[in-house]
Amino acid sequence: MTGEIQTNLNNNKDQDSRFSVREFPWWLVAIIGFLLLMLLLIMTNPDYNRAFNFIKGGFGGIAGFQQGGLAGFIGTGITITIYTTLVAFAIALVIGLLAGLGRVSTNVFVRNIAITYIEFIRGVPTLVLIFTVAFVIVPSVSSAIGISGQSISTNARGITALAVIYGAFLAEVFRAGIESVPAGQTEAARSLGLNGRQAMRYVVLPQAVRNVLPALGNDFIAMLKDSSLISVLAVRDITQMARLHAGSTFRFRESYLVLTFLYLSMTIALSLILRWYEKRLRQNAR
Amino acid sequence: MQDNITETSPMTTNRVLGDDIIVIDNLYKIFGSVMAVCGFSLTVRQGEVVVIVGPSGSGKSTVLRCINHLEVPSDGSIHVDGVHLEDKKTNINAVRAEVGMVFQQFNLFGHLSVLDNITLAQRLIRKRNKQEAEEIAMEQLRRVGIPEKANAFPRQLSGGQQQRVAIARSLAMNPKIMLFDEPTSALDPEMIKEVLDVMLDLARGGMTMVVVTHEMGFARSAADRVVFMDQGCVVEMAAPKVLFSDPKHERTKLFLSKIISH
Repeated sequence: MTGEIQTNLNNNKDQDSRFSVREFPWWLVAIIGFLLLMLLLIMTNPDYNRAFNFIKGGFGGIAGFQQGGLAGFIGTGITITIYTTLVAFAIALVIGLLAGLGRVSTNVFVRNIAITYIEFIRGVPTLVLIFTVAFVIVPSVSSAIGISGQSISTNARGITALAVIYGAFLAEVFRAGIESVPAGQTEAARSLGLNGRQAMRYVVLPQAVRNVLPALGNDFIAMLKDSSLISVLAVRDITQMARLHAGSTFRFRESYLVLTFLYLSMTIALSLILRWYEKRLRQNAR
Repeated sequence: MQDNITETSPMTTNRVLGDDIIVIDNLYKIFGSVMAVCGFSLTVRQGEVVVIVGPSGSGKSTVLRCINHLEVPSDGSIHVDGVHLEDKKTNINAVRAEVGMVFQQFNLFGHLSVLDNITLAQRLIRKRNKQEAEEIAMEQLRRVGIPEKANAFPRQLSGGQQQRVAIARSLAMNPKIMLFDEPTSALDPEMIKEVLDVMLDLARGGMTMVVVTHEMGFARSAADRVVFMDQGCVVEMAAPKVLFSDPKHERTKLFLSKIISH
């Protein structure tokens, strides 16, 4: 009897480290199972293998760079998808931070400019915005500053569109982050003689950014997925490559399953990193 | 109410009061339809310790926050060290650098170590270099009794320690005036004394202080004057001995009987 109780106590104590049917991430097993199955098909089935090689595209490397400039270096398929996401997200971070700061500004003019931008973007579908930015806004702006619209590649237009769209989403993330920092932090900074700008830069923003890092990570994953939309501009990212492959070989099943496999393996990897990071953050915050 | 400070002989006698350093004249503050402060006037002399007491919602904190314009008065005027705060040409940041403030919730900067909390404003506002700012920070940490916590982060400290760091952070700016907004109200009982001791030490050192608190023991032993406020107005203002033992107004008597009786 006593021994039984003792065992139960031990069970309770070791709950975190022990196998638990209820806590075990079965969903991850299912997804990894799908990914492994796809990998097996790609390695053994010639149709899947052909689709995979076509969609992921070639990496131009240094030789490609010397021959075809930046486009050659980037290659096609997976490199375009990753490159587009990274560059667009970096620009979106800058736009988002500026618009987020504008959103919480006490200056009526600045605040309304920021709100107009954010609400405008949020009110129009992403796909429609990609067309509008790529075919209307980029040509108008470039001709206004004296650059020929023709010289801007479709990929650059796609990146611009994604950056402008995500800038508005990230602005709201930054705004939420800034508002999550208690007013007492600003008051303490101001009471020491810091002006509003210094208080924002040295006290509020560092804490705000830390608070929204998980949300930014989620938006990065969302942007990786939405980068597929720029295939409508005929940018040769993995989605466009899959469409091309499907169109020319009529291997729809292989093309789109491989495409699904590629996106899912990237997003799952990122989301696992994010989960791990959030867990670490929670432990540190205690 | 339990007194956290053993009563000592009043030290007011051996302190010299200087010129008027805070002059509040007919201050009004209205929040929406609520009048938080109505016609408050007070003059504080250099080296003086003024304690403001009163029931919650009586406008004590609002008055204190007006002194460094964390709240902008609806009407009336405030002069700090001869500078008219309501004048549009006044650089309020320069005034605030001379007026330290300690908050109920400590408000230490959570992303910075204790040392960085204390050096940030010194470096930005006082333009001290890193080494000088850190030396001053350590000096102030020794003064409040926790130099060993210099590299800790706020979340690793107890409430009492955090509040002492907050005091050190203000003192490192060499302020002419220190404002305390219920500095012990968020603390566990056993930590109140360590904060009050630091404040008492400051008062003995001749710092000009305006303190909003419910610690009557502190008021009795450190204050030159106690101001009793109710509903945004000054009801009574006197030396602590007089106010506590012989209050003139019924409202004051009622308040004191309520907080001292148990």
